Amino acid sequence: MTKNIGKLSATAFTQLVLALFTLISMFPIVLIIINAFKSRDGIFDNPMALPTSETFSLVGFHKVLDKSPFLHFFENSLIVTVGSLVLILLFAAMAAWALSEYKFKGSRWLAVYLAFGIMVPIRLGTVSILQLAVQFNLVNTLTILVLVYVAQGLPLAIMILSEFMQQIPKELKEAARCDGVGEFKIFFQIILPLIRPAVATVAVFTMVPIWNDLWFPLILAPGEETQTVTLGVQQFIGQYVTDWNAVLASLSLAVAPVLLMYIFASRQLIRGITAGAVK
Amino acid sequence: MQAKRFTRAALIAALMTAGLAQAGSLTIESWRVDDKALWEDVLIPAFNKKYPDIKVKFSPTAPTEYDSSLTARLTGGTAGDLITLRPFDKSLDLFKKGQIEALNGKKGIENFPASAKVAWQTDDGKTVFGLPMASVIHGILYNKKVFQELNLQPPKTTDEFFKVAEAIKKSGKYTPIALGTADQWEANQIVFTSFGAPYWKGEEGRKALIAGKEKFTDAPFVAAFDFESKLAPYLAKGYQAQTYGDTQTLFASGKAAMVPAGSWDISYYNTNAKFELGAFPPPVPKAGDKCYISDHTDIGMGVNSKSKNKDDAYKFVEWMGSQEFADLYTNKVTGFFSLSSHLIAVKDPVAKQMLDWRKSCSSTIRLNAQIMNRGEPNMENELWNVNSQVLNGKMTAKDAAARIQTGFEKWYKPGK
Amino acid sequence: MKRFSFWHVVVFLAPAFLIYTVFSAYPLLDTLRQGFYTTSDTGHQSWIGIANYTKLLTDPQWSDGFWNAMKNNVKFFLIHMCIQNPIGLLLAALLSLKGVKGAKAYQTVLFLPTLLSVVIIGFIWQLILSPLWGVSESLMTHVGLGEHFAPWLGQEETALITLALISVWQFVGIPMMLIYASLIAIPEEIIEAAVVEGASPWRIFWTIRLPLILPTLGLVTILTFVGNFNAFDLIYSVKGAIAGPNFSTDILGTYFYRTFFGYQSQVGSPTMGAAVATTMFLIILAGVGVYTFLIQRKLQRHSF
Repeated sequence: MTKNIGKLSATAFTQLVLALFTLISMFPIVLIIINAFKSRDGIFDNPMALPTSETFSLVGFHKVLDKSPFLHFFENSLIVTVGSLVLILLFAAMAAWALSEYKFKGSRWLAVYLAFGIMVPIRLGTVSILQLAVQFNLVNTLTILVLVYVAQGLPLAIMILSEFMQQIPKELKEAARCDGVGEFKIFFQIILPLIRPAVATVAVFTMVPIWNDLWFPLILAPGEETQTVTLGVQQFIGQYVTDWNAVLASLSLAVAPVLLMYIFASRQLIRGITAGAVK
Repeated sequence: MQAKRFTRAALIAALMTAGLAQAGSLTIESWRVDDKALWEDVLIPAFNKKYPDIKVKFSPTAPTEYDSSLTARLTGGTAGDLITLRPFDKSLDLFKKGQIEALNGKKGIENFPASAKVAWQTDDGKTVFGLPMASVIHGILYNKKVFQELNLQPPKTTDEFFKVAEAIKKSGKYTPIALGTADQWEANQIVFTSFGAPYWKGEEGRKALIAGKEKFTDAPFVAAFDFESKLAPYLAKGYQAQTYGDTQTLFASGKAAMVPAGSWDISYYNTNAKFELGAFPPPVPKAGDKCYISDHTDIGMGVNSKSKNKDDAYKFVEWMGSQEFADLYTNKVTGFFSLSSHLIAVKDPVAKQMLDWRKSCSSTIRLNAQIMNRGEPNMENELWNVNSQVLNGKMTAKDAAARIQTGFEKWYKPGK
Repeated sequence: MKRFSFWHVVVFLAPAFLIYTVFSAYPLLDTLRQGFYTTSDTGHQSWIGIANYTKLLTDPQWSDGFWNAMKNNVKFFLIHMCIQNPIGLLLAALLSLKGVKGAKAYQTVLFLPTLLSVVIIGFIWQLILSPLWGVSESLMTHVGLGEHFAPWLGQEETALITLALISVWQFVGIPMMLIYASLIAIPEEIIEAAVVEGASPWRIFWTIRLPLILPTLGLVTILTFVGNFNAFDLIYSVKGAIAGPNFSTDILGTYFYRTFFGYQSQVGSPTMGAAVATTMFLIILAGVGVYTFLIQRKLQRHSF
């Protein structure tokens, strides 16, 4: 009996803590979104209220969509993020495999060399990167952003993936090798599927800073054609800082795609992580 | 081999996507994001009436990122053809590094008086590298409705100023002064160097500092800091976290009676405030004193020395020196006053009023703009910090003056 | 024994190696090189040896700012360690319990802020904490704490802590996810054996699960360390590069930015900036070194 009560209160405690933190996480985002749908007076007089028929207004959204090519910004961000992500995951998995599987002269040093990138923000090399971009004639292209983000994301991805690769049972690989399976086939058909959960984790970690980066778009690709959402929003806020309708609407628009994409992908992500655990 | 293939692939990708400025088109770098629509709808079409073949693009970066991203783009050789220039040393530095062209003898420049060109020339005055575009005048804007309701007159002296503020505070309905210290720059640029000018008698004090004849620890400068330290009781609650945007929102909403501001704010309040706007110059210490205004040369235009299209850039600069541009710029960008010698009729009443102060008061520029920002510690940054602390009640006027003077003395030898 | 050729290694490593070398290692090495140079007025660079470093560490004009930034950065890191990571652990532990209703939904939502741009986060929190808009003040008044409200982001004493807490709010999902992934990776049998022996969930957590995830906690610590000593965006977007009031929110990232690019009328110096960058690099390197050679080894010996 007491055990049951204990269990019940433990469940209640768990739910309470989780709900509390969920509330804290959601509150700012919800606040922005509800106020984005209100008129200026509505925003100021009662920020916490839901939009009513009196205060409901879409003026902010009209302004944002009229004044800035938001969908285009979004498309740019998507291309850069997905492009970088695919390359990082592929190249990092390949490198991690080579480093953890093949012991060759200097492999340790190579691993250390590649790990340095985790520690140093690549931003410190901005001016040289810009000079490179000019040399390759890549300024104001999405290509240069992808290249820089791949360089930036590789070290951490290699490190995390190496850790996972080391945990793959030796027997699996040796068995395949005994059957005469080629190294490339082993990598693509046996190893990659095995590290899927790790790949999911790495994907999230590398995707986030890329999507949110303000710095490199600003320096390397500030042209209107190549602006990303983050840069677009920053410029928009700078321009309309006191026009709260427009600012809140632009924030909502910037948040919404991430929100949708995440809700869609998070099931995949969590399944990936759990699948790895159950193995 | 791998590297070569990689380079080639990169080059091909670049060819497919690159879109750099070519001959026949000009890109303007600027921090005036607010003016984007105006350039696109008014100024560039006006220019194109004269030069239909030159395609002009106005490409602004938010003010906070402007300097750093411009530096990066200039270094990388990707900056636009025309560069909007900050006044004095920041641009002088660009010129010294060979990043912008000298404009001596170029058409358009002759339409500006020497006083306007000071901000964009070498120390010896021999080389001009920027076309003066506009100045801004600092002053205090007030809500006429509130003043009428409380039966108040725009103050002339500092005593009157505090009496007015006190009366507004007593009424309990309005914040007397809309001002915050979160962004810091206002504390220096629109409080200290604007309200302080009458204390140090504008140019007289500014030049004496440069000549080493006066010090920041001398009475007029300490008095300016002291004035500032008395403002706190009249600011909104939580002003320490109030940004400039908050200040604008607060004053525009009609909940504050006065705002220390500059002429650039007129157009914002014209569109966003629902009451009639008034303006008065910084109050003077004693009745009958001469008034001084900070009439700051703020925006210039230079030509990128790496521009591939300098001829067209010079044509644009020439056009910027014309009567037409001066008129359009002054009247469409309300609150930015053309620096050219052309006669221009200002249409906005508040802008006109502020411009007329040039006749009744003495003009000066921001105290530290010329020469004083050159060394380390950087005086502009120091003044932001120190003035914010004075407003926040964290530093006394005396300490503030001493700190600025110590930093200045560290590197500056007068008459050098 | 192993059947791999030089060629295999090259093909697997080449893409990562090349991109990393060209777009990360080379620019960074170039930065290190510039730390030993000085820039003249005309932009010409000349060799100066370690003068930039002696200036940075001994000339009060530079060193005061540097140590202030360093001190703030340590504080910033400690706040993350004491608040973000324990909360991350708590949430991960609760989520990994059996039969928590809606665990997936919680997880999804708790991780969400991590995905948002710092530009957005900074702006949202500035609005929420704004004394003029009054959201936090009225919230606090509702629960009877109204008079404790203060303009936290604007006060010297509280600004850094407030910013650190905003950063914690945003990034708590990362330790949570990492720890969660390693908690659920613990083989069922180990836990079940303990349950059969009648150990309480509390005891199981402390004596079995926690020791098993120590390597992950180590990883979280070092990621937090690296992340915090590279931090820049949040402070820059809320307080600007001058990191007020009175530099109380200045961290190494903002200090570097000001030195490198300049700010307002302050002219930037790529060479001095490079020296600051190199110093930051050495600090981070030292931290990572301590972690790899002392902590990581110990942890691994204990864990398996």
